[in-house]
Amino acid sequence: MTPLLSARGLRKEYGKGDALVRAVDDVDLDVAAGETVAITGPSGCGKSTLLHLLGGLDRPSSGEIELTGRRVDQLGERALARLRRDAVGFVFQAFHLLDELTAVENVELPALLAGRSPRAARRRALELLDRTSLADRARFLPSALSGGQRQRVAIARALANDPVVVLADEPTGNLDSGATLDVLQLFDDLHQAGQTLVIVTHDSRIAATADRLIGMRDGQFIDETRLTGGTTGSLGKLAGLEG
Amino acid sequence: MRQEVVLAMLAKEPSHGYQLRARLREALGPVGEDLNDGQIYVTLTRLEKAGLVTATSAPGLSPDRPDRKVYELTAAGQQRVAEWLAEISWPKPDLTEFHLKLIAAAGGGLGDPLAIVDAQRRELLRRLRDVQRAAMAELRTSDAALLLEGIALRLQADLRWLEACERTWTIRRNQS
Repeated sequence: MTPLLSARGLRKEYGKGDALVRAVDDVDLDVAAGETVAITGPSGCGKSTLLHLLGGLDRPSSGEIELTGRRVDQLGERALARLRRDAVGFVFQAFHLLDELTAVENVELPALLAGRSPRAARRRALELLDRTSLADRARFLPSALSGGQRQRVAIARALANDPVVVLADEPTGNLDSGATLDVLQLFDDLHQAGQTLVIVTHDSRIAATADRLIGMRDGQFIDETRLTGGTTGSLGKLAGLEG
Repeated sequence: MRQEVVLAMLAKEPSHGYQLRARLREALGPVGEDLNDGQIYVTLTRLEKAGLVTATSAPGLSPDRPDRKVYELTAAGQQRVAEWLAEISWPKPDLTEFHLKLIAAAGGGLGDPLAIVDAQRRELLRRLRDVQRAAMAELRTSDAALLLEGIALRLQADLRWLEACERTWTIRRNQS
C-alpha cells in the first residue's frame, strides 16, 4: 500500500563548516493512512525539526517529502501555505491559541481562512468542540480555560479543515496527569475514527498508545518498535495483587 | 535475593565466595550493604546441591588458613543464567535484580545489556498502554481510576530509569 506520508533522505542542516549542525540527518519515514506514529528522543535530537519539515512549516536542506502523492518539498510558497492550511493539522505544546478570540472562534478560524462560509465554519467548529467535550466552553476565552481544555481547543482547531494528517509536537508537555489522559483519549478516538497521527513526544504515556514508536537520536532514527500484541501480565499482576 | 543473581555473578569467571561478595558490593554500592555474607555461602551450597555450580578446593591464603572453594558454573548453571537473563519480570519492581542482570550479561558476555533493556522497555510500554486503556474506560473520579493512575505513574518512572540504563550501557559499549 502506498504510504499517506513519506520522506526519503530527509536532511535539515544549520550553519556551515565546523559549526554545521545536522538537525535531521538522512531520515526515511513511511506513515500509512490511519496509523499513529510516535517519534521519541531527548530534547535536541531533531524530532521537532522533523515534524516541521513534514508539515511544510520549514523546508528541508535535501531529500523528498510526499503527502498523499504530492511532493511537499517542491511546492512554491503559496501552494505550501495552502497545504499547511488544508491538509495538515498542527498541535503544539504551548497550544498557540489566539487569546482575544473565544474557543469557537479559534476553532473556526482555519475554515474561514480556507474560504468556507461563516455559517458552515461555525457549525463545524461547534461539532468539533462537542467532539472534544468542550461544547459548554465554546464562548470562553482561552484565559478562562485550563491547560487541558486549551489543548483540546487546539486539537479541535487542528481538525477544522479535515486534515489528512495531524502533526503534534509535545502535545502533553504542559499538562498534568488528568489532562494528559483527556488528550490521550482524544487521540485514541481520532485513531479509532481513522485519523492519521504523527506525534513527537518524550512522554511515555503517549508513546505507549502509538501503533509504532520511533526512537531518534542526533537527527537520525535509531530504533523502531511496534507495540501491537499483548503483555505478559494481567492488570491485577501489575497492581501487585498476585504473584 | 534470588539465587539466580548469585549464579549469574559467577558467569564472568570461576570465583571464590569473597570475590562474589566483592562483585556484588561493587555493583550495588550502598544498596548492597545489608547483604549478608552467610546468605551468599548458603546460596552457593544450595546451587552446588542443585548441580548448577561445582566447587573445587584451592589452598588457603596462608598455610594456617583453611582451603578456599572456587565455584564454577556447570552447563546446567549456564543454561539457568541464560534463562534468567531472558526473563522479563517486573510486577514486583525489583530494580536491583534487573540492574544485576545487566551487569552479569555484560560481564559474562552472555547477552547484550541493551537488548535486555529494549525487551523490558517494550514490555513496560505495552503494560502502560493497557493500564491507560483501562483508565480511559473509567470515570476520571472513580476509585479504580486513582489506582490505575498510580500504576501508570510507576510504569512511567520505571521507563525513565530504563532510558538511563540505555544511555549508560550505550556509552559503555561504545567505550569498549
